[in-house]
Amino acid sequence: MSGTKAKEPKGVRLDHISKIYKNPKTGQDFYAVHDVELDIKPGSFVTLLGPSGCGKTTTLRMIAGFESPDEGEIYLGGEPINALTPNKRDTAMVFQSYALFPHYNVFDNVAYGLKLRKVPKDEIKERVTNILKLVELTDMEQRMTNQLSGGQQQRVALARALVVEPGVLLFDEPLSNLDAKLRVQMRTEIRRIQQALGITAIYVTHDQSEAMAISDNIILMKGGVIAQMGSPTDIYYHPNSEFVADFIGECNFLPCTVRGREGQDLAADVYGNTVMVRSDKDYSGSGEIVLRPEAIEIADEGMLPCKVELSCFMGSYQNYHVRVGDTLVKIADNCPVGRKIFQVGDEAKISFRSECAHILKA
Amino acid sequence: MARGQGAALDRKKLMADPIMMTTIVLLITFLTLFILYPLAILLVDSLYGSEGFSFATFSRIFQMSSFRRAITNTLKVGFVVGILSTLLGLLFAYVEVYVRMRRFVGGLFKVVSMLPVVSPPFVLSLSMIMLFGRSGLITRFLLGIYDNNIYGYWGIVIVQTLTFFPVCYMMMKGLLKNIDPSMEEASRDMGASRWKVFTTVTLPLLLPGLGNAFLVTFIESIADFANPMIIGGSYDTLATTIYLQITGAMDKEGAAAMAVVLLCITLGMFAVQKYYLEKKTAATLSGKASRVRMLIEDKSVTIPLTVLCSLTAIFVIMMYVCVPIGALFPTWGYKFTPLTFKWFEQVFTKYSGLQAFRDSFVLSIIAAPITALLSMIISYLVVKRKFRSKGFIEAVSILAMAVPGTVLGVGYIRGFANGIFHTGFLSGLYGTGLILIIVFVVRSLPTGTRSGISALRQIDKSIEESAYDMGADSLKVFTSVTLPLIKDSFLSGLVTAFVRSITAISAIILLVTPSYLLITVQINEFAEKGAFSIACAFATILIIITYGSVLLMNFIIKHFGTSRKTKEVKQQ
Repeated sequence: MSGTKAKEPKGVRLDHISKIYKNPKTGQDFYAVHDVELDIKPGSFVTLLGPSGCGKTTTLRMIAGFESPDEGEIYLGGEPINALTPNKRDTAMVFQSYALFPHYNVFDNVAYGLKLRKVPKDEIKERVTNILKLVELTDMEQRMTNQLSGGQQQRVALARALVVEPGVLLFDEPLSNLDAKLRVQMRTEIRRIQQALGITAIYVTHDQSEAMAISDNIILMKGGVIAQMGSPTDIYYHPNSEFVADFIGECNFLPCTVRGREGQDLAADVYGNTVMVRSDKDYSGSGEIVLRPEAIEIADEGMLPCKVELSCFMGSYQNYHVRVGDTLVKIADNCPVGRKIFQVGDEAKISFRSECAHILKA
Repeated sequence: MARGQGAALDRKKLMADPIMMTTIVLLITFLTLFILYPLAILLVDSLYGSEGFSFATFSRIFQMSSFRRAITNTLKVGFVVGILSTLLGLLFAYVEVYVRMRRFVGGLFKVVSMLPVVSPPFVLSLSMIMLFGRSGLITRFLLGIYDNNIYGYWGIVIVQTLTFFPVCYMMMKGLLKNIDPSMEEASRDMGASRWKVFTTVTLPLLLPGLGNAFLVTFIESIADFANPMIIGGSYDTLATTIYLQITGAMDKEGAAAMAVVLLCITLGMFAVQKYYLEKKTAATLSGKASRVRMLIEDKSVTIPLTVLCSLTAIFVIMMYVCVPIGALFPTWGYKFTPLTFKWFEQVFTKYSGLQAFRDSFVLSIIAAPITALLSMIISYLVVKRKFRSKGFIEAVSILAMAVPGTVLGVGYIRGFANGIFHTGFLSGLYGTGLILIIVFVVRSLPTGTRSGISALRQIDKSIEESAYDMGADSLKVFTSVTLPLIKDSFLSGLVTAFVRSITAISAIILLVTPSYLLITVQINEFAEKGAFSIACAFATILIIITYGSVLLMNFIIKHFGTSRKTKEVKQQ
C-alpha cells in the first residue's frame, strides 16, 4: 500500500524547555512549563499526562510551534526548530475539537495539506483514498463534515494529519469529546494505525486509563514539571510520589515504619502488625505503603485487622471501604461470587502479596 | 525568570512570514496616518501657534459665549436624548421579549429597527419640519396652528430620540434574551408581583446595560451633526458650532481647539462605556437562557403596552413615509394634488442629480470593499494572532468609534490641506476623491471591525491553527479558511460600509470640494434653503438605493451564504 507508509519517523528532543506566562489576576510571571527535558525515540508513542494546568498542552503546542519556549531548544529529527513557524515544521496535529474545515467535504479536508505541498492531483487522489481506507472512511469522501458522527469526524482529523506523513504526529486530547464507549474504541484504533505506520506520536490527555492503554511511555506532569516518566506498568506499580500514585488509578496509603530487610522484601510495621513489601531499595524509619485497591484481599483471616464501613456491589467487583487503624482503605474485590460478602460493621482482615505493594518514603 | 527568548522567537517567526509583516506594517501606517495623526494635529494646532506653545486659543474659545453655550446645549441634548432613547428602547425590548403580541405588532417592530439603518441619519429632521413646522401638514392643516416653532431644543431632542432609540432597543433586546427566566420565576414563585419582579430582578440585572445604552446614545447625540444643522435653528451644538467656525468665521485654529474639546467629551464617555459598563454588563448577564420564557398574556398588561409601542412605531414609520410622499406633492404646505414627479425630474434636470448620485455611489462602492476587507483583516489579527503591536491596532480601530465625524473632518483639514504637519508633504491628497474614500473607510471601520471580531470569536481557534499546522502560510490561512467561514459577516460588513458611506455627512461636508457632488451634502443644502420637496426627492432616491442594497445582501446571504448551506446539510 504505497503512500500510507510513513517517511522516516523523527525523534523529538526537548532540551530544558520552559515557558513563562503572566498570571492575569496578579500580573506575576510564573512557569507554565519548567525545565522539561525529554527524549522521544523515533516511532514511539509517548503520552503527556496530567491534571489541567500541568503544562502538557503548552508543551505540545511548543512542539507544534504555536508557542515559543522562553528557555531551551526543541529538536525535531536532530534539527533545532525553535525559530520555525508551525507551517514549516514537520508536525501534524489532531485537535481536541477536530478543527475540521466546515466548508470543505471529507476529501478536501484530507487533501488540504497535500494541495499546499503541491502534490500532483493523481497522487493526492491516491493518497487520500488510501488513508481514508486506513481509517475506515471509504465512500464518505463527498460528505460534508457536519454530516458525520463524532467518531467519524475524529477519523477525518486523524486522516488529515496522517496523509501528509509528518515526522511526528501530535494529539491534543483528541478523544475528550467522544462518549465513553467510542473513546475506548478510538484509542485502540489510533494505537493500531500508529503501530502500522511506525510513526512517532506525542499524545496529550488527562485520562490516565487512556494513557496506559495507548502509550509506550507516559510522562506525568504536575505544575509545569515532569513528576515521573516511564512505561505504564512502571508508573502504575512504582510511583515515586503520592501524587503519581494517586493520579494513576485509585490508591491507598498505609503509614508504616520500616523494620529491616528480609530477602527481597522489607518488613514494616503497620498499626502494630508486621507486613512484607517488595523493594530493591533499603529504607529505614517511617514511610507509606502504596497499595492498589485490587491488590488487597479481604477475608476472615489475614495480615491486618479492619472494620467494614461500606460494602457495595459494583457488578464486576465488590467495593469495600474498611478502616485499618485510623486509615481508610478502599478495596476492589474482583469477582466475589461464592466468596464471603462482608457487611457494614463486620470485623475482617486484609492481606496482600508483597510484590503488589510499594514503599514510599514519607 | 526571563521571557526574552520566547518573545525573540515569536518575533523571528513573524519575520519569517513576510505577508503578515507587510500587512501589519501597512495597517499601522494607515491607522496612524488617517486616525491618530489627524487627531494629534488638532491638539498640536490648538496648543502651538505662531508665538509658540500656549493655551491662548483655548482661552479665546472659552471666552466666546457662543461656544460656552454650545457646550451646555450639547450636553443637555445628549443627556435628555440618552435617557429618552434608553427608556423607549427598553420599553420596546421588554414588550418584544416578555409580552405575547400580535404578528402585526412584531412586524412594526422589525420595520422600526430597520429604518434607521437604511436611511440617511437626518431624514427625520426633514419630516419633522414638514409635519410640525410652520407650514407643517399636522400643525397647520390639521390643527390650524400657524406659528409652531419646531426649530431648536425640542426639535433636536425629539428627532434624535426617534433616530437613536432603535439602537437601544436592539441592545436591550439582546440583554433581555440572555436573562434566565428561572430567576424571574423564582421571584414570582416566592410571591412577587410582576411589577415587583421587574423592579427587584429584571431591572437590577439590566442596570449596567441601561447605562451602556445611555452612554452609546449620548455619544451619538453629541457627535450628530446633520440633525442640529437642519432642525437646530439658532440652537447650536458643538458639532454645528465647529462647522460654522470653519465655514463661516474661517477660524481654523479655533475650530481645532473646539474639536479637541468635543473629542475629549466623547472619549471620556467612551472610556467609561467601554472599560467599565461593557464589562459589568457581561459579568451580570453572561448566562444563556436555560429555557423558553412564559410570555405575559394578562390583558391589563399586554393591551396598554402594545398600544403604546404600536403608536410610537406607527408615528416613526409615518415620519419616514413622509419623505417620499413629500417629494410627490406639487408644493409642500400649499398644494397637495395632483401628485407629481416634477421634483424627481428636477433633481436630474436642474440640480445635477445624476452627478451627485454617481459621485456618491462610486466613492461609496470603492470604499465599501476596502472597509470590509480591512476590518476583517484587523479582526483576524486581533482575534487569531498574537504579536506585539496587536493592542495598538485594536485600540486605534476601536477608538475611531468615539471620534465624532466633525472632529475627524477638522482634523483632516488641518492635517492634510497643507500636507503632513503643514510641510506640504502629501498635500496632493487634499481635495481629491481619494481622501473622501479614506474618510468613508475610517468612519465605517470601527463598526465593521467590531462585528468582524464577534464573528471570528465564534470560530474555533484550532480550525485556523490546524490549517497553519498543515503548512499554510498566513495569507493562505486567511483566504482558504477564515474568509470562507465568515462570508456572511463579510458580506453584511460590505453592505453596512456601503450604506454608512453613502449616507455619511458629518466629516465629509467639511472635506468635499466643488468637483464632487455628494447626495447627503445636497440634501442638507436644500433642506437649509427650505427646498424640502427637492431634499425629499433626493432622500427618497437615496433610501431606495440603500434599501435595495440591503435587500440584495439578504438575498445573496439566503441563497449563497454559508449558514444556509450548513443548515440544509443538517436537515438531511
